[in-house]
Amino acid sequence: MASRIRIRAQLKDDYCEVKALMRHPMETGMRKDQSGAAIPANFIEDIQVLHNDVVVVQAYWGAAVSANPFLGVRFKGGAQGDVVKVVWRDNHGDSGSGETTIR
Amino acid sequence: MGNLNPLGLTRRSFVAVTSVLFVVAALPQKIWAAALRPETAFQTTTLEATFEALGGVPKVSDGIVFSTPDIAENGAVVPVRIEIDTSVLSDVSKIYVIVEKNPNPLAAVFQVPPNTQPYAETRVKVAQTGNLYAVAEANGQLYMMQRETKVTLGGCGG
Repeated sequence: MASRIRIRAQLKDDYCEVKALMRHPMETGMRKDQSGAAIPANFIEDIQVLHNDVVVVQAYWGAAVSANPFLGVRFKGGAQGDVVKVVWRDNHGDSGSGETTIR
Repeated sequence: MGNLNPLGLTRRSFVAVTSVLFVVAALPQKIWAAALRPETAFQTTTLEATFEALGGVPKVSDGIVFSTPDIAENGAVVPVRIEIDTSVLSDVSKIYVIVEKNPNPLAAVFQVPPNTQPYAETRVKVAQTGNLYAVAEANGQLYMMQRETKVTLGGCGG
């Protein structure tokens, strides 16, 4: 599962910048396949960024977020070596996570 | 029937309610957070309805720095960035990304605790040329900034 997120956390002036790229189709449920059958909606609904196990960003997404979604957030109080984790859950209950240490 | 056994019904619903309460109280933060997803707002189909679900039409604020491309060649991947100028707008706790012409305008919500910068960057699908809105919530008040993005190739085609 971890391979489904590429994540980087970098210390800037007075904040830590987190950038994450997830692998997910983010299907809206409005598209049809070649035979005309509807492709069921499948998208990340809930995503959290944790710094040393404390939630620093809680986001909720709709199907309008692009496929293989990108997330960029900034939080204060990070130090080099701290663990930053991104956890997501989609509308099928599937989930994924990835973590890194602050550089 | 209902007359014969009113007590049974009441007790059943009482049990249902208490067990739900018990589960909510006992569950860790993860599930609790999921319960706070603004489902109604996500299901609205017009900009007006979305604003209404969020609590009203936001006031325009220069404190929201909203960056989107003027022209997006591919509507399926439109980068958006929202930064808050905290000297103009303080205590922002939520940021909403809204795409006016999408089937469901609300695309994303970012909730930040006080120690996190009110900043969000992501990529969204934009069905057709129209306005994008960044809405910030601070102390229960809604503020917004809008940007027009022209789309050459729609974001919802197959």
